[in-house]
Amino acid sequence: MAEITLQKRPGEAAAVRTRRRIKALARGWGAPLALVLLLAFNVLFTPNFLTWQTFFVNLTQVATIVIVATGMTLVIATGGIDLSVGSLMAIAGALAPLILSGALTGPLDPGLAVALAFVLPVLAAGLFGLFNGVLVTRFAIQPIVATLVLFIAGRGIAQVMTNGNLQTFSNPSFQWIGLGRILGLPVQAVLMVAIVALAAWILRRTVFGRHVLATGGNEPAARLAGVPVTGVKLAVYAISGLLSGLAGLVVIAINSSSDANLIGLGMELDAIAAVAVGGTLLTGGRASVVGTLLGALIIQLLRYTLLANGVPDAAALVVKAAAILLAVWIQRQGEGR
Amino acid sequence: MTADAMERRPGADRRARVWSGLARQGVLAALLLLILFGALRYENFLGAYNVLSVLRYNSMFALVALGMCFVIMTGGIDLSVGAVAAMASVVSALLSPLGLTPALLGGVGAGLLAGLLNGLVIVRLGILPFIATLATMLAAQGTALLLADNQSVSVSWDGLFVELGQGDLLGLPIPALLAAAAFALGSVMLNYTGFGRTVLAIGDNEEAARLMGLPVDRVKLGVYALSGALAGLAGVVLASQFGAGQPTEGIGWELFAIAAVVVGGTLLTGGVGSVGATLSGVLLLGLIFNILNFENGRGSISLSAYWQSVVRGLVLLVVVVLQSRLTGRRAS
Repeated sequence: MAEITLQKRPGEAAAVRTRRRIKALARGWGAPLALVLLLAFNVLFTPNFLTWQTFFVNLTQVATIVIVATGMTLVIATGGIDLSVGSLMAIAGALAPLILSGALTGPLDPGLAVALAFVLPVLAAGLFGLFNGVLVTRFAIQPIVATLVLFIAGRGIAQVMTNGNLQTFSNPSFQWIGLGRILGLPVQAVLMVAIVALAAWILRRTVFGRHVLATGGNEPAARLAGVPVTGVKLAVYAISGLLSGLAGLVVIAINSSSDANLIGLGMELDAIAAVAVGGTLLTGGRASVVGTLLGALIIQLLRYTLLANGVPDAAALVVKAAAILLAVWIQRQGEGR
Repeated sequence: MTADAMERRPGADRRARVWSGLARQGVLAALLLLILFGALRYENFLGAYNVLSVLRYNSMFALVALGMCFVIMTGGIDLSVGAVAAMASVVSALLSPLGLTPALLGGVGAGLLAGLLNGLVIVRLGILPFIATLATMLAAQGTALLLADNQSVSVSWDGLFVELGQGDLLGLPIPALLAAAAFALGSVMLNYTGFGRTVLAIGDNEEAARLMGLPVDRVKLGVYALSGALAGLAGVVLASQFGAGQPTEGIGWELFAIAAVVVGGTLLTGGVGSVGATLSGVLLLGLIFNILNFENGRGSISLSAYWQSVVRGLVLLVVVVLQSRLTGRRAS
């Protein structure tokens, strides 16, 4: 008996090792592979896929989601969540036209007005994000409840500011952020890449990034090891607020109008979905900003593929749901429990 | 979890229970104060028309919040309720030409299926409730739009179906009676059955509940199924009350339901909670809207309807800050 068991063991161990390796591979390479497969499918079967127009349409549509999801990735990396992103987008988006038109401050020098319309709304959204952070740290409120407060109240604030009215405007220098081109590429796509690169660098190479992951991995241990947990959490919620504000500006610039009822509606779910598909652990401690970018691209391309091939938008939602579950399930397999 | 945290646990637990008790009294007191305020300030506030329409309108939210309350007491969350209610409203509107019973059963059945799907994904695949129910939310939205062909579906006005949402029984709105019956049943289930005790035990400490041999998986499946079925019922009421199945309704319902449950003193970490206080939470949040309307009607000040979400947010803020102060919980 003992001999047989002994003989069997190496084979079994090898099988287990292989299975683990496949699972780890699926986890690490699942997202890029899915993206490549989707691209290949489209190149082969979707008419007019390889055109600049298709490329730009997809890029501009995904840019705001990626910008918000980058902040969300940092928040989730600390073990938190931010439900207020869509409402903060609405606040920033409602504020900017008020500044441009001078309704808030009185008539301004056009250049100054544009500068303020970029800076103030983003700062305001950042401050609201900081408020989320204070609730989470100082008052030790669960992130999902703490950010629920601004999810509900934030859109209300934006609606009250504008009395729920649609604000239309036309200001080419402000709308550059949504309609302009840098080296032939849409500005918001360049912005998106820059933000992702910066956040990925911060997360991987800086002390702050280490602290973010340590906080999400094991908070009491991080605290004991001298990680400034409170400061780290305040920072990630503030960053998430700032990025939401920026995304809000991009949205209204594209539309030449601002509707506080609609800006960023449902954005929290798109952002969380992108983070989940991108392989960031939703309980915190392991995060990948590039993964989030891939996740958002996969979801966008999946939707585009279905729509371009005549599948109704509603059915695309069902497929998106299945894709999210599949992605999260594959990650769980890799955990080797 | 260090030894320190283990030692602190019983104290924190007691504080949590004390908080929940205080909040239950608190939300009831706040509700009564708000009613008193309204009654003294506005002429028709306690008039039959206003009371009955507040009850009729808020019964849908009450049904959804009841299911959410059970889910949250196990330490979970159900983000799909709004979309599931929308889907059920479409299903029941499509079935309404066949009569009341098929429409009712179809709507509730669609909700129950979605709830079972949530439960199975959470229990069998081990996926976080947050993500599992998020996916179901998207799927239910998509299904609702597909079934309804992207537009609202008129119900049949021939049979009894519209009575369910618009009719009265003994002078009371039928949806309010439905909600009251559901809450009475829910309260009995929570306080007097093994199911209810297991729900609280899971929320308190799932591992311990499992070791004690409690049917953890079955009960978790049960609470998500319950939440789905109640969301389905809310959807049937929605279709019947507004005369149409609304595939895009229900957005944000889940978060208002969570807010109502939290305002009612149920802890989001699970283990403590009250069905009755959740009802008070729903009514409190609902009355804020009503009072804003009356205030505008007086004409002394003019507040847009948009203030209601700001005020609701503030109420939620006050409650969670008090909760954190009184329970002395630190993030762990």
